[in-house]
Amino acid sequence: MQTKKIINDGNRAVDEMLEGILAAHPAHLRSVDGSPRSIIARDGPRSGKVGLVIGGGSGHEPTFLGFVGKGLADAAAIGNVFASPPPDPILECAKAASGGAGVLFMYGNYAGDVMNFDMAAEMAAMDDIEVRTVLTTDDVASAPRDQRGKRRGVAGNFFIFKAAGAACDRMLSFDEVERIARKANDHTFTMGVALSPCSLPQTRRPNFEIGADEMEVGMGIHGEPGIARGALKSADAITDEMLDRILPEMAPSRGDNVAVLVNSLGSTPLMELYIMNRRLKQRLDDIGVSVHATWVGNYCTSLEMAGASLTLEHLDGELQTMLDHPCDCAMFRAG
Amino acid sequence: MTSIGSPELSKMFDAIAAAIAADKDRLCQLDGVIGDADHGIAMELGFNAARDAVAGLDLAATDPTALLNTAAKSFLNAVGASSGPLYATAFMRGAAAVKGKTKLGADDAIAMFQAMAQGIKDRGKAELGEKTMVDAWQPAAEAAGAARAAGKSLADSLAVALAAAEGGAEATKDMIAAKGRSSRLGERSLGHVDPGAASAVTVIGAMAQSLNSAIPGKV
Repeated sequence: MQTKKIINDGNRAVDEMLEGILAAHPAHLRSVDGSPRSIIARDGPRSGKVGLVIGGGSGHEPTFLGFVGKGLADAAAIGNVFASPPPDPILECAKAASGGAGVLFMYGNYAGDVMNFDMAAEMAAMDDIEVRTVLTTDDVASAPRDQRGKRRGVAGNFFIFKAAGAACDRMLSFDEVERIARKANDHTFTMGVALSPCSLPQTRRPNFEIGADEMEVGMGIHGEPGIARGALKSADAITDEMLDRILPEMAPSRGDNVAVLVNSLGSTPLMELYIMNRRLKQRLDDIGVSVHATWVGNYCTSLEMAGASLTLEHLDGELQTMLDHPCDCAMFRAG
Repeated sequence: MTSIGSPELSKMFDAIAAAIAADKDRLCQLDGVIGDADHGIAMELGFNAARDAVAGLDLAATDPTALLNTAAKSFLNAVGASSGPLYATAFMRGAAAVKGKTKLGADDAIAMFQAMAQGIKDRGKAELGEKTMVDAWQPAAEAAGAARAAGKSLADSLAVALAAAEGGAEATKDMIAAKGRSSRLGERSLGHVDPGAASAVTVIGAMAQSLNSAIPGKV
């Protein structure tokens, strides 16, 4: 049986979504002429500023294009659903974002994205645009701690892009922007749990099977199987299980500050996210860790998947400054 | 003696696109088990784009190298994903391997085939045994090269290549993924065929059938 979706044509879903987004946010976003999958901030790129280009597959909205705007990313390259964009739209983003001070590519660590962005970086170099790359690897469940470089990038992108975008907007040097981006990635930890599958617009079939009374801890944002499947637990027990993987790695000291993101994978409602946040706050209070800021909602989704992720960013003074720096994007504002 | 020119290569892309379209659902299902369920979609999009771009060429004025480069670029821009760079690199390397020729003989066709496999391996930085399409492409290329060196016909060489690809794809069931999306699964990837290796068999099968009909018999 096919899943129910409000679409016209599965093969046109991404492009029709983009048309709708540009119609909704004309003050913030435009596409590059002749490259509709390259979305640029109207008030972003400027001379002497390091350009920030993000991107990846569709189906995670508001990631990635919702975070394009002044103070955050200058451009996003948009792929098909769950598929990296090809090099051409990435290259167009790099050209549009370039202010002569270098362009930073940031995206989640997936094999397809790495190949396409690397090809685009090679092409940009031929146009005399210096490109560096920082991969996001915040998904604690996707590889052991000693293999951080193999981990996936998931909802923690939000904090990591935010830090890099602020560094760019503050006109820091390319070296400094890159350093802060890597530091933000090293300080950001995410764990997810999935309750029900999503389905691609082209197939409208659930992309994995899961029992009515089951959950999967550590599932990826494309439905990649996680680390353990078990009976569905209470919100407190799920939150504990996730924090019990995040906190030992983050190892905060009493008095430290964190930023919190409680993210829906698509169809899990705010009510459930806030119930999780209640437990999360109790746990942080117990160990004397302060919450500097909290975001709750749909920030990195997996189409209509049910489930949630918790992300903690372990702040120091510099990362807190970057987090508090103003930004004005189509789907996110701060400061 | 017959040989392979741009019209025959255009037919080869027709054949691959048709074979992948027929196989799309199976590939998506294989990918759903250990990946993100879109491999059949990406492969169909890519080979449809390659077929259409090649069909739009003036074949009389296009040499095999230009045709293969057109296929590569159109595949890449339609798809992105992992299969985009991998198959685009394959066709670009195949194009380079037959540069300057307007007609390909059996040796040229085997050289193109081997260059494609090497391109996939180089772009993906994957080795044998990592549960990727390399596990189908590399044994196929090696088998084709060995068969041709032993004096086999193009048809027989590609038949051996297809059998090697099938064996390689089947063997991915017993591998733990070390590259690509399924690599975070660890032992949970055991027991499942890698979708990229499965689609490689389909591509190689369609290529073999199409090229065999271009150079029939014992050439």
